[in-house]
Amino acid sequence: MTASNPTTGQTASTSPLWLATWTLAVREVVRFLRQRSRLIGAIGQPVVFWILFGAGLQGSFAMPGSEGTDALSFQEYFLPGVAVLIVLFTSIFSSISIIQDRNEGFMQGVLVAPVPRTSIVLGKVLGGTALALFQAFLFLAVAPLLHFINLAPEMSLNLSAGSIVAAAMFLFWISLGLTALGYLFAWKIDSVQGYHGVMSVVLLPMWLLSGAFFPGSESRWMSLLMSLNPLTYGVAGLRRTLVVDQQLLADYPSMMVCVLVTVGFAVACLSIDIWITRRDPAVAS
Amino acid sequence: MSSVEVEQLEFRYGERIALRDVNFTASAGEVFGLLGPNGGGKSTLFRILSTLLPIQKGRAAIAGHDVASEPDAVRRSIGVTFQSPSLDGKLTVLENLRHQGHLYGLSGENLKLRCSEVMDQLGVADRAKDYTEKLSGGLKRRVEIAKCLLHAPKVLLLDEPSSGLDPGARHGLWEILLGLREKSNVTILVTTHLMEEADRCDRLGVLDNGELIASGTPDELRCMVGGDSLTIQTENPEALKTKLQERFQAEVIQLGDSLRIERENGHELLAQIATQCEGEFRSLTLGKPTLEDVFIKLTGRNLSAGEDE
Repeated sequence: MTASNPTTGQTASTSPLWLATWTLAVREVVRFLRQRSRLIGAIGQPVVFWILFGAGLQGSFAMPGSEGTDALSFQEYFLPGVAVLIVLFTSIFSSISIIQDRNEGFMQGVLVAPVPRTSIVLGKVLGGTALALFQAFLFLAVAPLLHFINLAPEMSLNLSAGSIVAAAMFLFWISLGLTALGYLFAWKIDSVQGYHGVMSVVLLPMWLLSGAFFPGSESRWMSLLMSLNPLTYGVAGLRRTLVVDQQLLADYPSMMVCVLVTVGFAVACLSIDIWITRRDPAVAS
Repeated sequence: MSSVEVEQLEFRYGERIALRDVNFTASAGEVFGLLGPNGGGKSTLFRILSTLLPIQKGRAAIAGHDVASEPDAVRRSIGVTFQSPSLDGKLTVLENLRHQGHLYGLSGENLKLRCSEVMDQLGVADRAKDYTEKLSGGLKRRVEIAKCLLHAPKVLLLDEPSSGLDPGARHGLWEILLGLREKSNVTILVTTHLMEEADRCDRLGVLDNGELIASGTPDELRCMVGGDSLTIQTENPEALKTKLQERFQAEVIQLGDSLRIERENGHELLAQIATQCEGEFRSLTLGKPTLEDVFIKLTGRNLSAGEDE
């Protein structure tokens, strides 16, 4: 048998960043597609929420500052919120897989390979982002169709090419930010049970206080929390891209602020991920 | 040049000392076994050599690369299998290998070629399209080793490679490992707590309480126990022990219900015990010393003591 030389043309001792990142991200996607239950968990529950809360709350919902027939229905209001909920659930699932990878030994196998530590973060986060983006987008495409089977009212959404691209961009940055945030927690937590704690105490409240489910209330503390929550700006930006009549969103932060905060939050979380991963004594390179 | 060099290595987890002043070398093409009970420091040493734990004190080098200052060069020189499987069960054998190849910078035709080479080497080519979670323990372990051979490492680090395998699969695995060593002159560093595995190594280091208390070929180690080894199973070890000590001036080691005596011309003592202590023992066996005897002599304990496997 003739052994080929696997290191031909390889002078540096670290493997290429992009190749390692790509392969780790692809693994995330393939694993996901092979576990149907994850798809159902991440997209089924938010859709059910949307239908049920939508039907239950539409009578009592009134968007502040907009009365009359032009006002947003609750389903229209809630739609971007559910897209973000799907992103959140998907990011939670990918973060949990970090804990599993570590406990099962897959991570050790990656850590003893000469991969740039940054690609461990990028592979995980970009893989998770791709999944979140795909599912949220699927939901946005399918949800308005529920009208035809009487599970939702007719929606008047901005479906121009420009707004779809803008919505996709927003979803991308929201997904990246939430997945990177999930990584941050998962890196430090060693059990799936522990992660559930973080999920209920930090991640779900973060979603509730983002304007995804209800607009700001009269209460000062809640308005304050909402304005400090980076996710508020992601939800607001996404809603701006989908709503036709921008007058209805007069109280919302401007598009510029939404973009800056959402992108800034994602970049910050990702940078911290890379920093803690490279700094980890068990991982240091 | 030595493939693996460890000098005055020391490691602490906080106050607890996991390794103290460990020194050994393994040369190219050698199978070096680290023998010791669980918690003896094997895994710590292993994690240090595979760059997963920092070096606190001392020095370690693999294939001429310093573990502390050139971790990536070391990573490129080693193939590692851990006790916990690193395979992704949701992926097929071939997919697992492909991802692994990418992590080592292999791609395209070269990667394809390497994948089929290592699958042939480990005899798993016919399972290429099977999900690894569906494979038997023995096959999983072989895929695991195929995976770590992809980048043609100079040194294999195998942490308890046969744990959880039945004797047949264990035997098969060792045939493969020894074949690899023949063909590609790879150095194999293996940890084990099984005597029959230790016997297959060229050289052994006995690691107990973080110290390398002996090293040498299995035969050299066995020579540390002089003569023959006599094992006596009994219902009443205390009484028999006293009796043997008084009557035969024997040095008796007691381990649970069994007593051990090492001595030249063991068969004479065997005959004497058999006639003079009739009815006081269940069984009486005479043998050449095993590595187990060596371990007991060195530590006063059974190697498998405190094992829950």
